[in-house]
Amino acid sequence: MSILVNKDTRLIVQGFTGSQGTLHSEQSIEYGTNIVGGVTPGKGGKIHLNKPVYNSVEEAVKEVSPNASIIFVPAKFCKASILEAAEAGIKLIICITEGVPTLDMLEVKKKVDELGVRLIGPNCPGVITPGEAKLGIMPGSIHLPGSIGIISRSGTLTYEAVKQTTDLGFGQSSCVGIGGDPIPGSSFIDMLKLFEEDEQTEAIVMVGEIGGNAEEAAADYIKNNVNKPVISYIAGQTAPAGKRMGHAGAIIAGGKGTAAEKIKKLKECGVHVADNLVSIGSKVAEVLG
Amino acid sequence: MNLHEYQGKLLFAEYNLPVSKGKVIFDAKDAIDACDEIGGDKWVVKAQVHAGGRGKSGGVQLIDNPEQAIEFAQKWLGNRLITYQTDAVGQIVNSILIEECTDIAQELYLSAVIDRDTQKIVFIGSSEGGVNIEEVAKNSPEKIIYQGVDLDDKDFSQHAENIGKVLKLNPDQQNQFSPMLDNLVRLFVEKDLSLLEINPLVITKNGDLHCLDAKINIDSNALFRQPELMEMHDESQEDPQEAEAAKHDLSYVSLDGNIGCMVNGAGLAMGTMDTIKFFGGNPANFLDVGGTATQERVAKAFKIILKDPEVKVVLVNIFGGIVRCDLIAEGIVAAIKEVGIEVPVVVRLEGNNAEIGAKILEESDIKVESINDLGSAAKKSVELAK
Repeated sequence: MSILVNKDTRLIVQGFTGSQGTLHSEQSIEYGTNIVGGVTPGKGGKIHLNKPVYNSVEEAVKEVSPNASIIFVPAKFCKASILEAAEAGIKLIICITEGVPTLDMLEVKKKVDELGVRLIGPNCPGVITPGEAKLGIMPGSIHLPGSIGIISRSGTLTYEAVKQTTDLGFGQSSCVGIGGDPIPGSSFIDMLKLFEEDEQTEAIVMVGEIGGNAEEAAADYIKNNVNKPVISYIAGQTAPAGKRMGHAGAIIAGGKGTAAEKIKKLKECGVHVADNLVSIGSKVAEVLG
Repeated sequence: MNLHEYQGKLLFAEYNLPVSKGKVIFDAKDAIDACDEIGGDKWVVKAQVHAGGRGKSGGVQLIDNPEQAIEFAQKWLGNRLITYQTDAVGQIVNSILIEECTDIAQELYLSAVIDRDTQKIVFIGSSEGGVNIEEVAKNSPEKIIYQGVDLDDKDFSQHAENIGKVLKLNPDQQNQFSPMLDNLVRLFVEKDLSLLEINPLVITKNGDLHCLDAKINIDSNALFRQPELMEMHDESQEDPQEAEAAKHDLSYVSLDGNIGCMVNGAGLAMGTMDTIKFFGGNPANFLDVGGTATQERVAKAFKIILKDPEVKVVLVNIFGGIVRCDLIAEGIVAAIKEVGIEVPVVVRLEGNNAEIGAKILEESDIKVESINDLGSAAKKSVELAK
């Protein structure tokens, strides 16, 4: 098993014929991902990377029955693209694009929740189940099929955790980059729940960073709902406090959001915290004995 | 993107929110005309910078003679204002807002932000406005209201009532506040704000609500559809190095250590800084070179890092995603040759073709230490910086 994606995933690519869509689709196909087609308005009927191109998601759904979509369209079109896929009945949408306006995401998040759609991202590296399917921009070669579930807000930090668990031979069940935006489609908690239920996953690595309250909320969830060991690293322990405007940010954060606060909270909730980026792998080894 | 108070108040006026009659000046010689135009016999002069805490630092003054406006403008224009919300260098003052004086009976607090937890726009209100609002939030949380607003809501009268209760508004003020909240929500949504703060929102001696300050931050990701706001961008309020970096899509923050850092990805950049600190060193900067570390970007990043005279060594940490490490290595070699770097450079490359990349670095005729393991690379950098 694994979470979200596997060899049965039938993927369409929105923004298929653009430079990013093309580059990453080629890599995904090479990795063995079953891309069944792509969507680029105005280019319907063409063949790109040996796959059919459609004008709309609805058309693609009719023709090739996809069950997942990955989005590479420019930020200003992401809201429309996500909603198009959700309304066409796609239940797993991964949005790679960064720079989506926050108010667009407020609207999108509400809609996908109503429709029961799982959205990953935006501004994320995507999802991979090693050896089965790669829906994202991560380098396939560092992954190894295995037992560790990885969740992260940051792209390259995810790769770091992946590399370390690969080098030590644990491998990964699935890896999910949830993205670093204020309003992500899915949270740490959403992914923790899936990994807790997944038989292949023996331990979960959660890579967080300063800002927001997601790690604190995840810590509470872990304490009450997760029986598998969770290993965490929080980036930004030495980041300086920035210049700021006004008080509202500080009031809403209420002292939370610093690395020290997050680490304290995680430890209190039974999470194994790696004190250094380079010791994530060894912490996993220590916990799994 | 932050706005100045005077720009925020232009938006407030556009949305029928009660603001003082005022005029912004960029030159001290315009002070008297501005006072005349505003009229009255008392004015408030306010230095315009992208930070709060101006009052406590001398950046706001009450005057009863236009000559004093000239003095104030001469004192501040071209100088830097340091407040507890700025860094130690402070923010340059390039404009002064002169306003008619408001007779204040009471100071309230009102702001709106996008709350990540509830995934809503949240209005924060308190009857205890002014500079100590964070203390109030900490010590008397019952005096603060957090009122979520759903984008689908069309009628905000109940929200206004809830907030009004905590602000302790009388019925007259409540009647003023209800349309005010409608307008604030409209402003927040239509202009893609990420922060709106009125501190203080005052009750005047006449019993009316009045916006005495305006702090506005706009979602930078939405500027493509806010061209008139983009024109309000004031680059002088940003660190020149950071602004220069931003022009090249590099995210740079200068720090006070001596190990320059060039990393791809914000998370890994923070993680690299943490690792340097862990091994006893001090990062000179945060720099996210972005997803595609091409020769051009790497060269630009080196130039920005090396403008800091404290930098004794540069640690390059690139976890190649799709871009192959051999291509990145070639880019680094070419960039180092182009820029002509004298300090030692430690490079850690990981990802596709990392070994070939390392070989390219080693076999090049430039002086660079190629270390595949991040821990060892960080340790080496700390050693070289001593």
